[in-house]
Amino acid sequence: MNARHVQESATTRLQRLLTMVPWLLANQGVATERAAEQFGVSTDQLESDLALLFLCGTPGHLPDDLIEADWEDGRVFVGNADAIARPLRFTVDEALTLMVGLRALGAGAGLAAPDGVLGALTKLEAATGETAGLAARVRVDLPAERGGEMLARAQQALHQHRRIRLRYASARDEVTERDVDPMRLLNLDAHWYLEGWCHRAADVRVFRLDRVESLQLLDLDGTPPAHATSRDLATTPYQPGVADVVVELELEPSARWVAEYYPVESVKELPGDRRRVTVRAADPGWVRRLAWRLGGALVVTAPADLVAAIREQAHAALAAYPPQVRS
Amino acid sequence: MGTWSGSVARVSVQPSVAAKTERLLNLVIALLSTRMPLTKARIRAAVPQYQDTASVEAFDRMFERDKDELRELGIPLETSVVDPLFDDELGYRIDRREYALPEISFTPDEVSALVLAGRIWSQASLAAQANAALTKLAATGVVLDDRSVVGVEPRIRTQEASFEPLRRAVRDRRAVTFDYRKADGTLAARRVQPWGLTQWRGRWYVTGWDAQREAERVFRLGRIVGPVKAVGSVGAYAVPADHEPRVLVRSTEPEVVDQPPAILRVRVGAGNTLRRRARSIGDIDDQWSLVDIDYRDIDGFAAEVAGFGPDVVVEAPQDLQRAVLSLLREAAARHTGAVPGEQVRR
Repeated sequence: MNARHVQESATTRLQRLLTMVPWLLANQGVATERAAEQFGVSTDQLESDLALLFLCGTPGHLPDDLIEADWEDGRVFVGNADAIARPLRFTVDEALTLMVGLRALGAGAGLAAPDGVLGALTKLEAATGETAGLAARVRVDLPAERGGEMLARAQQALHQHRRIRLRYASARDEVTERDVDPMRLLNLDAHWYLEGWCHRAADVRVFRLDRVESLQLLDLDGTPPAHATSRDLATTPYQPGVADVVVELELEPSARWVAEYYPVESVKELPGDRRRVTVRAADPGWVRRLAWRLGGALVVTAPADLVAAIREQAHAALAAYPPQVRS
Repeated sequence: MGTWSGSVARVSVQPSVAAKTERLLNLVIALLSTRMPLTKARIRAAVPQYQDTASVEAFDRMFERDKDELRELGIPLETSVVDPLFDDELGYRIDRREYALPEISFTPDEVSALVLAGRIWSQASLAAQANAALTKLAATGVVLDDRSVVGVEPRIRTQEASFEPLRRAVRDRRAVTFDYRKADGTLAARRVQPWGLTQWRGRWYVTGWDAQREAERVFRLGRIVGPVKAVGSVGAYAVPADHEPRVLVRSTEPEVVDQPPAILRVRVGAGNTLRRRARSIGDIDDQWSLVDIDYRDIDGFAAEVAGFGPDVVVEAPQDLQRAVLSLLREAAARHTGAVPGEQVRR
């Protein structure tokens, strides 16, 4: 918290207060914790913000001129703040986030009603004027999922709390059938994922939608068990486990991106723009496949049995071609 | 550093930030509460913290700085002549209609769309701005009911360190310089007037005018190495009205060519992602299927096929066969298991 106090500038705090006053006026009696959460600050910080408001007001600064703020029993009340009862217009960056986001939704991922997207966009453009031009120059695409149909059905299951039956081709290239209670639908970069309680694994699992062969809504309640908790997918849907194999890789300059794309444990820069990387994998099958895909730009150096498997199976793959093609 | 010195730092910094916030807030309220522009003398009398300044000069300096900082926040602080007969006397005020976010009412579908639009940035560098925008809407009385979109988390990521400086440069229309890694792995210094930022197929690109090449160019943010430096002045160039970043980005991606499908031999139970995209699938025996499949870019598709190792064999065309074989040969040759420096034994 100290760091925050030292770092926050007066203008940052002023921006928060100018939004906080109208928000509190629209939410009189809101719990202190809820208000703190809305503004991403601690309750101590919120109370110190309220104490500061208490000192401000219209010229004269007699008691009647000052903003009223009361947060005695965990509920916040604000009054006598007519001059700043309405929030300041959007900054360019604020308007940009909503408009670029709406355009991305409108571009066809199928997540939001098209009328809703268009209506909101039109109203925001009218309210923000010249920012609209800038927003058109920042473009975001949400991944489309086979016409959005799979996505729409997953969203429906989530909304209606219905269990779903999946036929799923795993990253190891095996097809399984699973009943899943949906928890979340999210995308990471170019792919959509469904997170849910998998009855087959009796655990939370994440399924990549483009590997789902069929998705069927069942007439069963799909509320996940109370102890099912979402994984932290902020970085990647892959979660390291204790039983993982530690794999060491060397990346040529053309494969440097692997270190950003996959969850790596350590990266060491080598001469000639090469990198040495360590990853943990529950099943190193994906590392093997990546080594073949990248044709030598990614070289596994440990463990030895994985290195041997990559070499021997590459030779086996080559042997399937007639000799005249191979030479 | 002990606890004691830490608390001193907090005591010495916090009061001045609080005092300045209080001063700025009082100034904003005073300027919003007046119909007539206020002269500097009246502003000094209206804001307690200004009354405490040691001299008129000290107040002047402080007010000039405060005025600039409020304008940087987007607060429309107007300067006008107080009395037409004495046009050297300036007054200041903030027009409430210019200041306030207009009242907007949204339908339930529009609210759901706005909530999702804000959520898109939750893992990105603009998360705070998206949250501030939605909070402002809530502050005008919009009820952000998110029940219909619970559990839906569309999002984009802005992991590249170059994203924020480039976004500011696009916003401010300001040229930048950076080092760029070319496809062959070498680095080159670039000077670019950025026009737009585009995320396509999970990757960020900046489009703009390349000053050295005197041409429109596309750069992938993931290939920018080191810092992006803003150079030159703000608003230094205009973006062509017909600039469509996505068209430019797409033009750098391989073209879709009308070509016959590839014919693959795929082991039964394997290659499921290929089977799903297949034109047709036939059984050869209980070990192998024959799969006809369309592809776009031969190198990308060869890599995908090579990734299946011995489970997928290319029957045709020959250039795809060659591309897959070359990848597999390289992979086999580099995975000798020899420790660097050790003799390779066969």
